[in-house]
Amino acid sequence: MRRSLDNIYRLGLKELRSLWADKVLLVLIVWAFTGAIYAAAKGVSQELHNAPVAVVDEDRSPLSQRLIGALTKPYFKPAQHIELPQMDRMLDHGQVTFAIVIPANFQQDLNAGHRPTIQLNIDATSMSQSFIGAGYIRSIFVAELNEYLTGKRESGDAPIRLATRVRYNPNLIGYWFGGVMEVINIVTMLTVILVGAAFIREREHGTLEHLLAMPLAPFEIMLAKIWANGLIVLAGTTLSLLGVVQGLLQVPIAGSVPLFLGGAALYLFSAASIGIFLGTLARSMPQFGLLFMLTIIPLQMLSGGVTPRESMPLFVQDIMLVAPTTYFVRLAQGTLYRGAGLETVWPDLLAIIAIGAVFFALALQRFRRAVTQTQV
Amino acid sequence: MSDMPPAIARLAAVTLRYGAVSALQDINIALPAGRMVGLIGPDGVGKSSLLALVAGARKIQSGTVEVFGGDLASRRFRSQVQPRIAYMPQGLGKNLYPTLSVAENVDAFGRLFGQGRAERASRIDELLAATGLLPFRDRPAAKLSGGMKQKLGLCCALVHDPDLLILDEPTTGVDPLSRRQFWELIDNIRARRPGMSVLVATAYMEEAERFDWLVAMDAGRIVGTGTAAELKAASGSTTLEQAFIQLLPEQRRREHQALVIPPRAADGNGWAIDAEGLTQRFGDFTAVDNVSFSIGKGEIFGFLGSNGCGKTTTMKMLTGLLPPTSGSARLFGQVVDAGNIETRRQVGYMSQGFSLYGELSVLQNLDLHARLFHLPAARIAPRIRELCQRFGLEPYADMPAAGLPLGIRQRLSLAVAVVHEPKLLILDEPTSGVDPVARDQFWALLIELSREQGVTIFISTHFMNEAERCDRISLMHAGRVLASDTPAALRQASGADTLEAAFIRYLEQAADVPRSETVAEPAPVVRNTSHAKAPAFSLSRLLGITWRESLELMRDPIRLAFALIGSVLLMFVLGFGISMDVEDLRFAVLDRDQSPESRDYIQNIAGSRYFSQQPALLDSAELERRMASGELSLALEIPPGYGRDLRLGRHPEIAAWVDGALPFRGETARGYMQGLHLQYISDLVTEVTGDRPQLLPTDIASRYRYNQDFRSIYAMVPAVIPMLLIFIPAILMALGVVREKELGSITNLYVTPVTRLEFLLGKQLPYVAVAMFSFLLLLLQAVFVFDVPVKGSMLALSCGTLLYVTVTTGIGLLTSTFVRTQIAALFGTALLTMLPTIQFSGLTTPVGSLEHGAYWIGQAFPASYYLVLSRGIFTKALGFADLLPQFLALLLFIPLLTAAAVARLPKQEG
Repeated sequence: MRRSLDNIYRLGLKELRSLWADKVLLVLIVWAFTGAIYAAAKGVSQELHNAPVAVVDEDRSPLSQRLIGALTKPYFKPAQHIELPQMDRMLDHGQVTFAIVIPANFQQDLNAGHRPTIQLNIDATSMSQSFIGAGYIRSIFVAELNEYLTGKRESGDAPIRLATRVRYNPNLIGYWFGGVMEVINIVTMLTVILVGAAFIREREHGTLEHLLAMPLAPFEIMLAKIWANGLIVLAGTTLSLLGVVQGLLQVPIAGSVPLFLGGAALYLFSAASIGIFLGTLARSMPQFGLLFMLTIIPLQMLSGGVTPRESMPLFVQDIMLVAPTTYFVRLAQGTLYRGAGLETVWPDLLAIIAIGAVFFALALQRFRRAVTQTQV
Repeated sequence: MSDMPPAIARLAAVTLRYGAVSALQDINIALPAGRMVGLIGPDGVGKSSLLALVAGARKIQSGTVEVFGGDLASRRFRSQVQPRIAYMPQGLGKNLYPTLSVAENVDAFGRLFGQGRAERASRIDELLAATGLLPFRDRPAAKLSGGMKQKLGLCCALVHDPDLLILDEPTTGVDPLSRRQFWELIDNIRARRPGMSVLVATAYMEEAERFDWLVAMDAGRIVGTGTAAELKAASGSTTLEQAFIQLLPEQRRREHQALVIPPRAADGNGWAIDAEGLTQRFGDFTAVDNVSFSIGKGEIFGFLGSNGCGKTTTMKMLTGLLPPTSGSARLFGQVVDAGNIETRRQVGYMSQGFSLYGELSVLQNLDLHARLFHLPAARIAPRIRELCQRFGLEPYADMPAAGLPLGIRQRLSLAVAVVHEPKLLILDEPTSGVDPVARDQFWALLIELSREQGVTIFISTHFMNEAERCDRISLMHAGRVLASDTPAALRQASGADTLEAAFIRYLEQAADVPRSETVAEPAPVVRNTSHAKAPAFSLSRLLGITWRESLELMRDPIRLAFALIGSVLLMFVLGFGISMDVEDLRFAVLDRDQSPESRDYIQNIAGSRYFSQQPALLDSAELERRMASGELSLALEIPPGYGRDLRLGRHPEIAAWVDGALPFRGETARGYMQGLHLQYISDLVTEVTGDRPQLLPTDIASRYRYNQDFRSIYAMVPAVIPMLLIFIPAILMALGVVREKELGSITNLYVTPVTRLEFLLGKQLPYVAVAMFSFLLLLLQAVFVFDVPVKGSMLALSCGTLLYVTVTTGIGLLTSTFVRTQIAALFGTALLTMLPTIQFSGLTTPVGSLEHGAYWIGQAFPASYYLVLSRGIFTKALGFADLLPQFLALLLFIPLLTAAAVARLPKQEG
C-alpha cells in the first residue's frame, strides 16, 4: 500500500516534469484558461445585439420617424431605409433579420383612431435574434405610441399586476453564463486530451511498456497520470474562475468556490478516466483525435452547458445521463450562480464519482492489452 | 584518378544542417558512373542526407550538386532528369503504400510516370516475375516480410527504367537469405543494364565488400574513398569494419579497444530462463510459434533474426508484458505472469528503441527508476554515482536524455536497466543504429556484467559479429527457432565458414521459405525507353493519384467510417443540441390564496406548451431551495387575498421569479410569462365586459417568415450541414496529405515527375466525392429524420454543395502544407475551421450583426456564403438566380485556395 502510494507519487512527479519541459503545451494551457475563456465569453452572445433592421417608411411622418429612431444600439443597428420591392430580397439573403413596413398615412390614421397596422417581417431562421428581437420591437413601439398619445410610456392600469424579477442574473447578461460554461468546456477538453494523448504518445515511444516491465501495477500508472494532469487543470480552473471570470469579467459568484473546485476535482478524475479509456480504444494518435472529436462535441453540446437539457428530446436527455459532464454542469450552475450548497448538489457529486469509477475500471481492464498488443 | 569513369554525380562544397545539427560538412566528391558505389558508415553520419540530395528529394542548402552533368538546384533541370533517377528511401517499405497490394503498388508508381495501361500491365508482370513476387501480387504491402517489402520497393523503383538507382540501406533489418537474394537481384539487373549506375548506402560492412567503389563517412564528412581492397590495404586491416575504425579520427579511435571475452565459468546450477512451447497469436497471425529454450545462469544468450521474426514478441512474453497464447516461461523457477511483481524485480529490461523519458536528464532518469524499484533511500545516491562512473555518463549527468548521442543513450538505458542490480537482463536490439566503436564499448559493459557479476544476459541482434560474441545463440525466422547452439557449433553443423552462411543454410532448409522467393530470374527485359521530357501537366498522372488515394481511402475503414457515420452522428447531436426552442419549462406556484381565482390563473399558465407544472411550493424557503437546485425555471407567488382583491378591483400583484442563470432561457421564460399574463387579462376583461380590450392604439402584425412554426430545427438543420461539410472534409483532406509526410510516401512527390498541382488535385478528388456522399446522407437525414423539407431547387443545392466541398477540402489542403504531423493536422484544421464557422459565419448571429474584425472574418469565410445558400434553398425556396452572388463567391475561393496550397507545398524536402 505504502509502496503503491509512493509509486503513484513518483510517477506523478515525473508527469509534472515532462509537462514542464513541454513549453508549447504550457502556453496553450495558460491561453485556454485565460484568453480563450475571455474571448469566448465576450465573443458571441445570444443576447439581442446589433440586429440588422430595414424599414419601408411609406408614411414619412414625424411619428414614423420617431418610431424608427427608437430602435437604437446596442440592440439594433441603425435602421436601413429601403423600398418595398427590395424587402424580400434582403430577407432572402439574410442581410436583415427584421423588415418593418409603416403604411402611408400612418400618423393621420392613428390620430383619427383608425387603428392602422404596422407590418413586422421577421426572418425566423435567425433563431437567437428573431424571437427576442420581435418582442423588443413590439414593446419599444408600444411605449413610443403610448407616449405620443398619452404622454406616458406605460399603458393603463391592468386588473392584475405582474412583478417579474429575474434571479441570479438580474440583467440577463450572456457572458455571466458563457464565461463559466466555457471554463467547463475547457476543463473537459484539456483533461481528455492531456491524459488520452499522453497515454498514446507514451505507448508509441515505448515508455509505457517500459514501465509495465517494472514492478509497477497499471492502476498506479493511471492514477499517477490522473493526479498530475488533474492538478494542472485544477490550478488552471482556479486561476480562470477567480482571475478571469470573477476578476476580469466581473461575474459575481453566488456560492462556494471551494465546493465547486471540489466538484471539479472529482470531475477531473472522471474526464481523465474517459481520456485513458479513449486512448486504449484508439490505435494511433490520429484515431484518437477522431474519437476525441466524436466524444467531445456531444459532451459539450448536450450536457446542458449550451442549451437547457429540458428542450432536448427525452431520449437525448436519457443518453446524456451517462456523461459526467451533465452532472458537473448542473453542479456548476447550482453552486456558482444559485448559491446551492452541499445539501443540494451531493447527488451530482455521487454520480460524477460513480461514472468516473466505471470508466476507470474499463480503462484498467483494457490497459495492459492496449499497451502491449497494439504495436505498429 | 585517370582510371575513373566519368562522374554520374558531382558534389562540391556541400553542407547541410538540420537546425543546429550539422548533417553534412563541406562534401566534395565525384561519384563514378556505371558502377555500384557504396556509402558506408553507421547510422546518422550523413549517408541518407547525401543520397537524398543526389536524388533531388532534399533541397540543397549550400554548395552544388550535379547529376547527369546538370545542376540539381534548377527546378527545370530536376524535372527533366527525374524520369532517369529512381530513389528508394531508408526504412522497410518506406515509400510504399501499405494497404495497396503488391501489384497495385507497382501500378501506382507506373502512373506517377504517366505510363499507359498496357505498358504498366506488362511491366508489373515482368518485374514481379523477376523478383519472385508474382505469387504474392494480391497481398497488401503491409503484410509482406521485410525482404519482400524491399524487393517490392525495388520493383517500384525500376518501373521506369532509371539510369541511376539510389538505394538507401535497402537491406537493414532484412534476414540474411533475403539480403543475399536482394544483392543477386541487383547483380542480375546490372548485368542486363550495364550502363545503369547504382548508389547504395549500408551499415553492414560485410555487404560493402561486394561494391565496386566505396565512400566511408563519419560525422558528416568523408573519411575515405576507394575500392574495398584499397581501403583495407591502406589501413592494414583484414576486414572492412577494422578498416573503417582505422579511418576514424584519432580521438574516436582511441576510445576503441579490441574486445576480449573471458570464457564462462561453467556452473550447472539451474536455469535463469526456461521457456517451454511459447506461442503468441495476434488474430490469425502467429508471431511466435512454439518456441522453447533454456538459458543458464550467467550466460550471454543471443537471439538472431530479421525484423519481425518474433524476437521482440518472445522477449515481451518473458518480461510478462504479453501473456503467451500457449506455452509457459519460468524465470529462476517461477512462472512468468503479468500480475507477479516479484519476478519483475529480478529483471532489467531494455526495449527496442529508446524508451526512457527524453525530457528528463540522465540523473533524473536514474533517480526515478531507483525510486520506482524502491532502493533504500541511502543507497540511491551512491548507486547512481557508481553507475554514472562505470558507464561513462558523468559528463552528461544533467543533460536531457533526448539530446544525447545514440551510443550514450543506449548506455544510459543499460544503466537504468541495471539500477536495481537485477540477476537477469533482457535486451532487445540494444545496439541497433549505434556506430561500431560505441557498439564495442557497450559490449564491454555487457561482458563485465556477465563475467564479473554473474548476470544472465538475453540479447537480440541482427548483427552477425555480435552474435559471435554470445555463449549460445538461437536463429529465429518467421516466429520459429531454426537452430540453437554455440556459434561455433552452428557453423560446424551446417558446414559453413561464417555464421551468416550458416544462417542462410538453415533458412534454406526451413520448409516455410517459399521456393518462389528464392528464385531471382529472369531479370527485367530492357526497353529502349527514351526518357522523353515529362509534360508539365498530365491528366493521367493526376488521375493516377486519384486512383491510388481512392483505393487507400476505401481500405481504411476507420477514416471512412468517421467521414460518413461521424457526420450523421454529429448531425443528430447538433440538430438536437443547438435547439433554441424553449418548451416545458418547469414552474411551481406558492399559492398563498388557494381561491378559485388563483387556481384559474395557475391553470392558464400550466395549460400552455411552454411551461410544465411541478408540485406546489409550501413556503418561501422551499421556493428558495428548489430554485437554487435548478429544478424550477419559474416560480410564481400569489399573495393572500388575491381572489378578493381581484373581485374588488384592487389590482393584486403576482410575483414571478425567473431563473436567470441561463440568460437565453431566462429571457424567453420572462417573455412567455408576460405574454401569458397579458393574454389572461385580456380574456378576463372580455369575459366580464363582453368586449375585447384594446391595449394598443395600433396593430403590429408580426410575420415570422420561412419558419412559421418557429421551430428551431428548421433553422438549425440547414445550418448544421455547412458546419459538418467543413469540419470533416477539411480534416480528412489534411490528414490525407500529412499522412504521406509522416509515413514517408511523400518522397514519391519529391523524386518523380508528378507536379504539385497534379498531386494536390489528384488527392482532392476522392475527398470531394466522399464529402458529396456524406452530403447525400445528411440530406436524407434532414428530410426523413428531422422532417425538414427542401423547399427550393435541389439542383442548385447540389451544385452549391459541390462548390462548397471543393472549397472546404481546399482548406484542408492548405492547412496540410503548414503542419508536419497528423495530430497537428487534426487539431490545427479543427481550430481553424471551427471558430469562424460557429462564431462568424452567421450560424447563430447573422453576419450583419457582427462588428469590426468578426464581420470581415465572416465575409472572408466560405461557410458564410454556403450558409445563406443552404438556408435559402432549404427554407426560403430560392434557386440559382436568387443566389448568384453566393455561387460566384464560392467559385472564387477554389482557385485561390489551390494556388495558395501549391505555392506552400515544397517539391523538395528541407
